[in-house]
Amino acid sequence: MQRRTFLALAAWLVGTTSLTRATVIHNHVPWSPHPNSPPEIERLGPWQFFTLDEARAMEAIVDRIIPPDAETPGGKIAGCAVFIDRQLKGPYGSNQGLYTLGPHTKGTKQQGPQSALTHAELYRTALAALDKHCKSTQGGKSFAELDAAAQDDVLRKIESGEVKFDRVDAQGFFSALLKDVPEGFFSDPIHGGNNDMVGWKMIGFPGIRYDYRDWVNRHNERYPYPPVSIAGRADWTPAKS
Amino acid sequence: MARKLPRKDVVIIGLGWTGSIMAYELADAGLDVIAIERGPWRNTATDYPPGYAADELRYRIRHELFLSPSQTTFTFRNKMSEAALPIRSWGAFMPPNGVGGGGVHWNAETWRFLPSDFVLKTHLTERYGAGFLPDDMTIQDWGVTYDELEPHYDRFEYLCGTSGQAGNIKGKIMEGGNPFEGPRSRAYPNPPQDQPFGHTLFGKAARELGYKPFPQPSGNMSRPYQNPLGIRLGPCTYCGFCEWFGCGNYSKASPQTTVLPALVRKPNFTARDNSEVTRINVDSSGKRATGVTLVDASGDEWEQPADLVVLSAYTIFNVQLLLLSGIGKAYDPAANTGVIGRNFTHQTISDVVSFFDPAKFVFNPFIASGAIGMCIDEFNGDNFDHGPHGFVGGGYMGNVQTNGRPIETTPVPPGTPLWGAEWKKAVKENYQSAIKPGTGVHGSMYSYRDVYVDLDPTYKDRFNRPLARITMDFHDNEIKQNKFLTDKFAEIFQAMGARQVHKEYRKAPYDITKYQTTHLCGGAIMGTDPSTSALNRYLQSWDVPNLFVTGASAFPQNAGYNPTGTVAALAYWAADAIRSKYLNNPGQLINA
Ligand SMILES: Cc1cc2nc3c(=O)[nH]c(=O)nc-3n(C[C@H](O)[C@H](O)[C@H](O)COP(=O)(O)OP(=O)(O)OC[C@H]3O[C@@H](n4cnc5c(N)ncnc54)[C@H](O)[C@@H]3O)c2cc1C
Ligand code: SF4
Repeated sequence: MQRRTFLALAAWLVGTTSLTRATVIHNHVPWSPHPNSPPEIERLGPWQFFTLDEARAMEAIVDRIIPPDAETPGGKIAGCAVFIDRQLKGPYGSNQGLYTLGPHTKGTKQQGPQSALTHAELYRTALAALDKHCKSTQGGKSFAELDAAAQDDVLRKIESGEVKFDRVDAQGFFSALLKDVPEGFFSDPIHGGNNDMVGWKMIGFPGIRYDYRDWVNRHNERYPYPPVSIAGRADWTPAKS
Repeated sequence: MARKLPRKDVVIIGLGWTGSIMAYELADAGLDVIAIERGPWRNTATDYPPGYAADELRYRIRHELFLSPSQTTFTFRNKMSEAALPIRSWGAFMPPNGVGGGGVHWNAETWRFLPSDFVLKTHLTERYGAGFLPDDMTIQDWGVTYDELEPHYDRFEYLCGTSGQAGNIKGKIMEGGNPFEGPRSRAYPNPPQDQPFGHTLFGKAARELGYKPFPQPSGNMSRPYQNPLGIRLGPCTYCGFCEWFGCGNYSKASPQTTVLPALVRKPNFTARDNSEVTRINVDSSGKRATGVTLVDASGDEWEQPADLVVLSAYTIFNVQLLLLSGIGKAYDPAANTGVIGRNFTHQTISDVVSFFDPAKFVFNPFIASGAIGMCIDEFNGDNFDHGPHGFVGGGYMGNVQTNGRPIETTPVPPGTPLWGAEWKKAVKENYQSAIKPGTGVHGSMYSYRDVYVDLDPTYKDRFNRPLARITMDFHDNEIKQNKFLTDKFAEIFQAMGARQVHKEYRKAPYDITKYQTTHLCGGAIMGTDPSTSALNRYLQSWDVPNLFVTGASAFPQNAGYNPTGTVAALAYWAADAIRSKYLNNPGQLINA
C-alpha cells in the first residue's frame, strides 16, 4: 500500500469507534443484549469548548436569535449556548465524518461549502473577530455588554454583509448560528439545550411519545399530553430536597 | 498482498434492499452465497430501539445511519465546462451505509411505475412525434415491460406487507385506488394506513376538484402482518420519526424486518460487514469476473473468489465500482460513446407550504408515518395530454407530510425574519396549522447527453482512488414540468381553505446542497442494445456475463415515482432469470 493511502486510511480509522470491526455473520444474528451506541447525555457543568468570554458572547447571541417572551424563555435559559458548546467539543466541532481532503477551492453556491475550517475553528475565529469589532466600534464594549437593540443592530449588519470580519466569513458564521441555535432550542434535552423541553412546549410537540394510534383519527383535536424526552420528564422524578 | 478467502458460488456486493433479496433468492436456489457489506450490521433492538430512535439531532441532522463523506463522497458540477468540487457534507441526496442499506431509514413509499414508463421512447414518439422531444434528451425503452414485471412487483409488496388501496385489479378499476396504475394481479396485502387530519383534508379537496385521490402505498404496516417468509411485522404507531430513522417497532418494511431473519438462518449464507469492496476482478480475457477485492475496517485486504458476482451497492456506487474495475466502456459525452455513467438522473421535487387559520385548524403534524398521505396521479407520466404544454414527464403529487419534528418542520410564512422575536412568534403561531408536505410534487427527471457520472481527475477517496464525478443540471423540460405541476398542486391547498399558499418551484441550476430525495438513477442502464446500455434486460452485464447489477442504476431515466418498488421488482426478475435460465447454462442470456 502506498504511504499516502495508508495515512488517509489511518486518519479515517481514528474517526471510527473501537466497535468498528469487520465481522463474519454465519448462522446467527450478531445481536447483543445491549444497545450498540446508547445516547450520551449532556449534563450541566463547566463550559467544555467556550472560554468564559466566548460563553458570555454566545449566551447574549442566542438570546437575540431566540429572545425571551412572556410565555417562553429565550435561547439562553433554554440552554442553546450549552448545546453549541457540547456540539463544538464533539464530532461536529472537529468536522468528523465530513470530507476534509483538499484542494479547498471556492466554487459556485450550488457546489456547497468548501471551507477548510472546522466548525470549532469557525466559532473560535468569528467570536474573536466579533469581540474585536464590538470593542472598536462600541466604545470598548464587548457584545455581551451592549443593550439588546445594539446587539440586534450588530447581528443584522453581520447578516446583511455590511460588517465583515478579517480572517473569517462573517456571513458564514451567521448562517451557522441560524442553524445551530434553533437546533439547541428544539433538539432533545439530552443534548444540552431545550431545557425543560421549553422549545417543545412552546409549539405543542410531544417529543418521543412514539405512539399516536389513539389520536390519528381524532381530526382537528389538539393532542393533549405533555412532551417526553429521551431522558424522560422532570416530574417523573420527585424533587430532591 | 490480498489474502484469499474460500471460493463461493456467489458474492454479493452490498447487503441493502436488493442485496438481501438476491442473497435470499440465490441461497434458496441452493447456492453458496456470501454478501460483503461496507457498513455495520444493524438490528432494531440494538441500533434503533424506541427508547432513543426518535432523536432528531442525531439521525436527521447529523445523519448517523448514513455513509460518512470521509469514507467516500462524490464531486459535483453543473456543466462539463466547470471544475467539479467535492460534496463535503451531504445535501441533495443521502447515501446509505450498513446492512439493510436504504431500507433501514427509507419512508417506505412503495410505488409501481406506469406501463408506459417502460416503453417511454416508443410511447412518446408514437403519441407526439419524435420532434416533440428535446434534441439532447436521451430517453430509452427499458427492454422489459410492466406485464413482465407485474408478478415481481407483487412479490415485493407481499414481502413488505405494503398497505394500500388497489386502483386496478386485472383491468377492473377499483374505487378509492389509483385508477392510472397498471393492472395488478391482486389487492395489496394490507389495507391503507389511517390518514391524519391534514392528509384527509387534502384528499377531500382533491376529490371536489374532480381528481381521484388515493392513499399512498405504504410499507408502514396498517396492521400486524406475517410475510411469506414467516417474518412478522407490528403495526405502525405513526411515530413521526420514519424517514432518516430506523423503526423501533418492527413496523417499517426493511431487509431487517422482511428478509434477513430468514436469510441468516440459511446455512449456505454468510455475510461480512464493515468490509468495502474496492474492485471487481476480471480474468485476462476481461470477459469473466473472478470475484472481488475487499478491505475490512482494520485495513486488511482480502480477495473473495466467486463464480457469480452480484453488484448491489446502490446506484452511484454501482457505477463507481464498474468504472474503477474497468468493466464496460466508460461513457464519453463529447463523442457520445460508451455506456458506464450514461443516462444518470435524479428527481424533480418541489413543495408547496400552506398556512391555515390557527383558530380553525389543528393538524398535529407530528402524527404521521414515513409513507403517509393522500396523492393524485392525474399529472404523472403520460396520464395527461402533454401536447399543449411543451414538455414531457410528470409526477404524482400529494400531501405526504411525514413529520412535525421541530428542527426540520417549523414553517413560517414567507417574509418572516429568519431570527428574533418575530420569527419565534411565527413559529409558535403556525406550527399546528401549517402544512409542509416535503416531497409534495414528485416529478420525473429524464436523461440528457450532458448529465452523467465519470471519475474525477483531482479528488481522491481514503484509498487514494478517484472519486466519482457527477455532472448534472436541470433542463428546460423539467423546469417547465415542475412549474405546471407545482401550480396544480397549489390549487388543491387553496381549495382546502389555506389563507396563504407558498410555492417553492424547483429551479435551475441543480443545487447539490438542497435535499430532494435519495433517488439517484441510471449510469449502468438496462436495454436492448449494448452500444447504448450496460446491461441486458435481465440486469446481466453485456461485457461480463457472470456479473449482474441490481438497483436503480439500471433505470434508463427516472419516472415520477419513488424507485424502490421497481428496483426490487427488477431484482426479483433478475433472480428469476438466474435461477431459471442462467444456472442451467451460464453465459450471455441475450444474443444482441
Ligand atoms: C432517507 C431516504 C428515504 C427514502 N425513501 C424512499 C421511499 O419512501 N420510497 C422509495 O421507493 N425509495 C426510498 N428511498 C430509496 C431507497 O432507499 C433505495 O431505492 C433502495 O434502498 C435501493 O436499494 P439498493 O439495494 O439498490 O441499495 P441500498 O439499499 O442502498 O443498499 C446498498 C448497500 O450497498 C452497500 N455498499 C455500497 N458500496 C459498497 C461497497 N463498495 N462494498 C460493500 N458494500 C457496499 C451500502 O452500504 C448499502 O448497504 C429512500 C432513501 C433514503 C436515503
Ligand atoms: S412511522 Fe411507523 S413505520 Fe415509520 S418509524 Fe414510526 S412506527 Fe415505524
